[in-house]
Amino acid sequence: MVFEGLSEKLQEVLRKLRSKGKLTEKDVDEILREVRVALLEADVNFRVVREFIQSIREKAVGQEVLGSLTPGQQVIKIVHSELTRLMGGVQSKIAIASRPPTIVMLVGLQGAGKTTACAKLAGSLKKQGHSPLMVAADVYRPAAIRQLEVLGETLDIPVFSMGADQNPVDIAKGAVSSAMSKGRDVVLIDTAGRLHIDEELMAELEAIKAAVSPHEILLVADAMTGQDAVNVAKAFNERLGITGVVLTKLDGDARGGAALSIRSVTGCPVKFAGVGEKLDALEPFHPERMASRILGMGDVLTLIEKAEAVIDREKAKKIEQKLRRAEFTLEDFMDQLSQMRKMGPIDQLLGMIPGFGNRKALKGLQVDEKQLARIEAIVNSMTPEERRKPDIINGSRRRRIAMGSGTSVQDVNSLLKQFSQTRKLLKQFGDGGKGPFGKGREMRMPLI
Amino acid sequence: MIEMANKIANDGSGGNGKGVSFLERLKQGLKKTREGLVGRVETLVRGRAKIDDDLLDDIEELLIESDLGVSVATEVIENLKKKVAEGRVTSPDAVMGLLKEELLALVGEEGESIRAAAGGTTVIMVVGVNGTGKTTTVGKLAALLRASGNRVMVAAADTFRAAAIEQLEVWARRAGAEFISQQQGSDPAAVVYDAAAAARSRKVDYLLIDTAGRLHTKSNLMEELKKIRRVVGRELEGAPHEVLLVVDATTGQNGVAQASRFKDAVDVTGLVLTKLDGTAKGGIAISIRKELGIPVRFIGVGEAVEDLREFNPRLFIDALFSS
Repeated sequence: MVFEGLSEKLQEVLRKLRSKGKLTEKDVDEILREVRVALLEADVNFRVVREFIQSIREKAVGQEVLGSLTPGQQVIKIVHSELTRLMGGVQSKIAIASRPPTIVMLVGLQGAGKTTACAKLAGSLKKQGHSPLMVAADVYRPAAIRQLEVLGETLDIPVFSMGADQNPVDIAKGAVSSAMSKGRDVVLIDTAGRLHIDEELMAELEAIKAAVSPHEILLVADAMTGQDAVNVAKAFNERLGITGVVLTKLDGDARGGAALSIRSVTGCPVKFAGVGEKLDALEPFHPERMASRILGMGDVLTLIEKAEAVIDREKAKKIEQKLRRAEFTLEDFMDQLSQMRKMGPIDQLLGMIPGFGNRKALKGLQVDEKQLARIEAIVNSMTPEERRKPDIINGSRRRRIAMGSGTSVQDVNSLLKQFSQTRKLLKQFGDGGKGPFGKGREMRMPLI
Repeated sequence: MIEMANKIANDGSGGNGKGVSFLERLKQGLKKTREGLVGRVETLVRGRAKIDDDLLDDIEELLIESDLGVSVATEVIENLKKKVAEGRVTSPDAVMGLLKEELLALVGEEGESIRAAAGGTTVIMVVGVNGTGKTTTVGKLAALLRASGNRVMVAAADTFRAAAIEQLEVWARRAGAEFISQQQGSDPAAVVYDAAAAARSRKVDYLLIDTAGRLHTKSNLMEELKKIRRVVGRELEGAPHEVLLVVDATTGQNGVAQASRFKDAVDVTGLVLTKLDGTAKGGIAISIRKELGIPVRFIGVGEAVEDLREFNPRLFIDALFSS
């Protein structure tokens, strides 16, 4: 609800910013205001947002706007790649010790999903050929040990437990020696959930760490966490020195800004993502996907991506020059058509262009893919000369083209008519002396 | 009430655990929240001669940091600005009182206790996403109701999560509540059907239903929840009388989406805000109340069985803002 309104506002800003050349401060600030709100709505901590926006601002002002993008899109592109860069760079792997067993500790708040994450990790390690041992060190929550045991049975992975009246430090120590004697090469310690401000329980984690020297300490964090994520991550990191993060419950619709917050305050990478209730629903973390998710603005991002991947900038420039001189031929028309087709279904594409989606005149406009294929066939059935000088296409040529393309003469006629109208339109622009995209005028693609 | 709040706010220390009063516990639970917000509002206000945009911007950030969300925070600030413009407040000190007033208006002036059945068994269904503390809340709620002399039955309708049934059984025993369960993996609606029949024949005052945690986006699981509600409604008149959504105080803006989807599915009547004893501010409860009209019924301020408290908005906001 909130987000729809936001997206409309964003589109308005994107449409408004049309300057070419370098990004101005005004362009950047205007779009970053929207980015700020988007990040806050995604639960990125507001201090992290502030710093992030500041650094983007410094990077973006003065940058050249790439030919195929609008200034607003350009800024969002910078934001997106910066987000990806910030969250990425590390492989989603457990660091396996050179001398087994590798010891992994899972820590976090109550209800973050430690026990489930522990089982999922153990399951994936087993699949990779390791022989994990899970350790039930949560002696506080009723039946937590039982929960891990049930999961162990399901996965056919042994669970080390000493009951609920033992000290977790002793349990951890006992587990490691048990792993050594039984040849288990990875030990996963499932600790009790605790508040990061609970002195006694945080000291317990430190004691476990001191006793078994784990190779990895993974903070398990809920993707739905709000602003508090920074406090939690900071506290756990300061006390324990975490080595990575497991972000859980990503199968919901939370935007997951906590991922960025945690990365910013700890410097630790998110290594895995929990994406479902099933025990194999653990994925490597994808920074790029996460960046898109946090930023929202999926439509705008897709459009930027597609435009970048497909449009040949040189060609685009040439076409623009031709447009200026009204030398636009059917060959150029075809070129443009095939480039656009490479970008995906036209109506989807229209929806993604900021402003177009909202415009009333375009509502209900269904661009017929079949129609496009027909146009392509018609142009393909013309000789090069005909494409360059459509005026020479007389009645018999029309019949031939229709036959060759499997269409009717009416189809050929209507295409030629459409094309000549477009060209006339372009000529008017050109005659204005200010180029085709004179001030205040919006660019119109010849086809649409 | 104000006195109580002042007492809470002034006394920053706190014992540890057993034998402390309700106020002590609430204070302990809210201490972090209070220190976070009040401490900082005070810092903001101190040394400022007049109310300027900077001050209001800073307060806005404070609200955002409390998880109220951008739109609610902006609205609160706009209202403050209006009142400043109308001349209703002139000093930075007074802004705090006004802020409190605004938030109180959003969260509701009066606390609302749970709705009871006119006669017979009152059925309370507890729902929420994974890991918010549903089972613990059911356990604590059973203890709370038992403490006031009620006959309480607890139904283990979380048949999915490993050992959830055992976990609830421990809680039921601690609380002295009757316990109804089937095996893990059985149909939760069948558990509820059994529980309704048992509740009727044993004439219990309260039947508490613990359901499995589920993300609000999983439509099949939401359908399952609807079915549980239908079954209990068919078996016991007027049931469920309360559907409590358990929300973790650390939850960010997704809380509104959660509440909205659960409300659509099973008509949530109240909120339980858990884990308020951490550093999270729980501001999302204010957004949920504002957007969806769901009042907070209880707050969770600790791990002990008596750490579930009836929600008192005045006390809550006072404790947040008095100095």
